[in-house]
Amino acid sequence: MRWCWIDRILVLDKGARCVAIKNVSLAEEHLHDHFPGTPVVPASLMIEGMAQTAGILTGHARGFKEKVILAKIGKAQFDCEVYPGQSLIYDATLDRIDEAGASTTGIVRLIDHAAPTRPHAEQSEASDAPLWQTAPQIGVIELMFSHIDKNMRGLGFPEHNFVFTDQFMNLLKNSGFDPGS
Amino acid sequence: MTHDEIFAKVQEVLVDALGVDDDEVTPTATLTGDLGAESIDFLDIVFRLEKAFDIKISQGELFPDNVLQNAEYVQDGKVTDKGLTELKARMPHADFSEFEQDPDVNKVGEIFTVEAVVKFVEAKLG
Repeated sequence: MRWCWIDRILVLDKGARCVAIKNVSLAEEHLHDHFPGTPVVPASLMIEGMAQTAGILTGHARGFKEKVILAKIGKAQFDCEVYPGQSLIYDATLDRIDEAGASTTGIVRLIDHAAPTRPHAEQSEASDAPLWQTAPQIGVIELMFSHIDKNMRGLGFPEHNFVFTDQFMNLLKNSGFDPGS
Repeated sequence: MTHDEIFAKVQEVLVDALGVDDDEVTPTATLTGDLGAESIDFLDIVFRLEKAFDIKISQGELFPDNVLQNAEYVQDGKVTDKGLTELKARMPHADFSEFEQDPDVNKVGEIFTVEAVVKFVEAKLG
């Protein structure tokens, strides 16, 4: 069982962009230890959430035939802390993909449901746009992915694609996307 | 674009890709030994060079990836004459004069210097 750190895919534009949402809940056990009395989302789990979003984008670009493994975190910058009751938006774009791997750039946005007004709504041309589109940016994550069968030949990885299991395929289906498209 | 201009851009690419300081990226610095590059970094460097110089680099063009896995080219931990010939043909941008003295396969990283990358880009830009 893999920990899934995204709840729903909002946008999947083949070979270009994937956007996912993660609702942070106090029911997540680790938040009671990080930190006792002051729950804050660990930055490492935001990186994992972006890696899952960008990993789906990378896998989908090649029909989920490659085993896509996170290989490098080029940059991870966060401007504020994230608390239970808030929602994270992972907005990943595919910069480059080839036989060996891919590089992605990701913007992290924060929806604060307790905020008195909709952030930036008055400046936005599309004020009726979905909430996530106008949510303020709170971080940037640049990642590199390796297609491991191409880079580590002969190491005897299993034939089946252990990266894109039913769990991710179901996430796509339940978000209204056809994984085979 | 002059040699110095290319060097400056390559320097910027390596600083971003490897998290090193400008002054560490000298022409003779080796990517693995001096700048700490690991295998995935080579792919990162290739992608960043493509973007910085608006060029297309095929897999294995800058850093040949399958020569050292070939038993004909590596024997008893040394790159064979045939292997050296192959490497030279695949990497006309690199300086082999020192490596040739002792073609220990573990020292092959010494070929991948910053200057080799600059020369490669120079050739690509024509």
